[in-house]
Amino acid sequence: MLQDLQAQFLGSTIGGLVAGSIYALIALGYTMVYGVLRLINFAHSEIFMIGTVTSLFILITIAGGTAPITLGVFGMIAVLLLIIIASAAVSGGAAVLLEQVAYRPLRKKGATRLAALISAIGASLFLQELFGLEIIEWITDKSGRVQQNAPRFIPHDPLFHIGNGVVRTDHVFVVVGAVIMMVVLDQLVSRTRIGRGIRATAQDPEAAVLMGVSIDKIVRLTFLLGGAMAGVAAALYVMEYENTDYRIGFLLGIKAFTAAVLGGIGNLRGALLGGIVLGLVENWSSIFFGSAWKDVTAFVVLVLVLMFRPTGILGESLQRARA
Amino acid sequence: MKGNEEVSTENGKPARSGFHPVDGLRDWWARAPHWQRYGVYLALIIGALILPAPAIGSVMSPDSDWTTVLIFPVGVYILLAIGLNIVVGHAGMLDLGFVAFFAIGAYTLAVMGTQYGWSFWGCLVLGIFLAAMSGVILGAPTLRLRGDYLAIVTLGFGEIVRITATNTDSIGGARGITNIPHPDPMFGTEFLLDPAPYYYLILAAIVVAIVFSVRLHRSRVGRAWAAIREDEDAAELMGVPTFKFKLLAFAIGAMLGGMAGVVYASKAVFIEPNNFPFILSATILAAVVLGGAGNLPGVILGAFLVAWLPERFRFLSEYRILIFGGVLVLMMALRPEGLLPSRQRKAELHEGTGGMGAMGAEVAGPDSEASSEVTK
Repeated sequence: MLQDLQAQFLGSTIGGLVAGSIYALIALGYTMVYGVLRLINFAHSEIFMIGTVTSLFILITIAGGTAPITLGVFGMIAVLLLIIIASAAVSGGAAVLLEQVAYRPLRKKGATRLAALISAIGASLFLQELFGLEIIEWITDKSGRVQQNAPRFIPHDPLFHIGNGVVRTDHVFVVVGAVIMMVVLDQLVSRTRIGRGIRATAQDPEAAVLMGVSIDKIVRLTFLLGGAMAGVAAALYVMEYENTDYRIGFLLGIKAFTAAVLGGIGNLRGALLGGIVLGLVENWSSIFFGSAWKDVTAFVVLVLVLMFRPTGILGESLQRARA
Repeated sequence: MKGNEEVSTENGKPARSGFHPVDGLRDWWARAPHWQRYGVYLALIIGALILPAPAIGSVMSPDSDWTTVLIFPVGVYILLAIGLNIVVGHAGMLDLGFVAFFAIGAYTLAVMGTQYGWSFWGCLVLGIFLAAMSGVILGAPTLRLRGDYLAIVTLGFGEIVRITATNTDSIGGARGITNIPHPDPMFGTEFLLDPAPYYYLILAAIVVAIVFSVRLHRSRVGRAWAAIREDEDAAELMGVPTFKFKLLAFAIGAMLGGMAGVVYASKAVFIEPNNFPFILSATILAAVVLGGAGNLPGVILGAFLVAWLPERFRFLSEYRILIFGGVLVLMMALRPEGLLPSRQRKAELHEGTGGMGAMGAEVAGPDSEASSEVTK
């Protein structure tokens, strides 16, 4: 056991950071929507799935199939940027559309959050089935019910070693990409006029309206930003793990929401921390218990953290983010 | 359950305004003397007894065996919805992992029946007990948390139970358990391949659950739950031991879930971890909210529709779930309070603070019925 730990610790840590970065990016969408609407946006996992399918579509079009392609350094970065931007745009658009169709009518009627949750579950089922039945098949000519493979365009070769842990090129891209997006979003929310509107709405919607903030616009923007982050996560996911299917969002969505709660829901930096902690704990635990129990340990950690710190590691604070 | 079909069809199109189409019927019911009420109960029971008739089946379920459909999914969904309604509708807590208790009940019969030769009735008692215990064990550390955290913790618990069942080979692992014993013969009826006896078994279970739930709702416990749902802090100040009653609601909901699990497994003969996915929890929750959380006839109607519609429209084959998802979104947009909301809950909604509260960024305006709940 101790030998296993020694042999695998650094490798698992790297794997955990990579997985955690993706969790963190998805968690941002949950946390922002929760901060503003007090709503668990259950269909966010499908927004992520739509992003992965967008990336898959572009990669298959570029590569002309699922065989790996070789590109120069600039080519790789260009393709990566292309799928990131395209997925972010499509996912962001889908999130705005989702808000328009599934949440806005309920908000206008003053429905309970429970009703909104059911609407979200309905939207989630609808989108999953739509992609499983029609859209994925239309893109790849394979049944949408099976796992789809994406072509490799960034070589998964070792870049350097830390002890006995191997850091690959793609690992660096995922972590760096996630951190850049996090910083951009954090600055956007804490420094710009738009961000101030989001924080004001999260703090006190009535006062925000009196101060001339358009709530509808802010809510739409929140969904757009959260969706775009899920799109970035989706592009990085497809680059790293090279597969997707119509149900991919479910488990990743639950994990990401767990990460958001772990870090303190409504708190952007909490989402980052929660994602990384969750990724690390999961990967470390599979050294001891095997990867079949990975998901169980993730939830056990969540329960333990909530028992001792009921508002998450950093506490809830989209409202209190630095002015 | 028969009765609720009648209620829904008698009243035609649902109205979208504040006026509710069954108001007249409800007023009559509220004023009806005892003999009329018992007459209705009798009619409902007779209706339920003749429900498996082939003539009804040919209309309701032309593509699959009607009696089997009435047992699973219809009967099982109704039982689960009655249990979940106690947690969500009465006590106002959000449980996204209700399927865990269903799985615990089913696995109790499967394991004890196949490995230790226990009878159905022994397993039923043990299954209900184990489900209640797991409800208490899960609830004790988590019920102090706020609603949304409870949702994610219960969701996690549902997944933990499923994954544990998949990974534990001594209870069948991913392959599941076969040859689960049927109940012993009762009143000269053998429980074998014919689905009819199981229908009456599950009907009896539903009647017990309904009586239990109604009696609880009208007792001191039910009033305590309503107080907690409305305003937990105020309830605590008034001397209601909120934690104790929340735990009780959780355990009682779990008991009904466990009972449904044992009954389901006795008919199914074979169970595997994939019989208990998250989507089943979501479907039952959808049934409760769609029907009108807190109102038992509404919840039963919701469960019936959610179970029956996909079976009825089997000819749409692959598109059923797609349509189901779309219908959920549409229904919530048109009638967010459910098909048959409880009057009490509806009044609360108009005051702006229901159990689950309104969404955050909602500001009272000319076209919104609820005033905003200012986030604390």
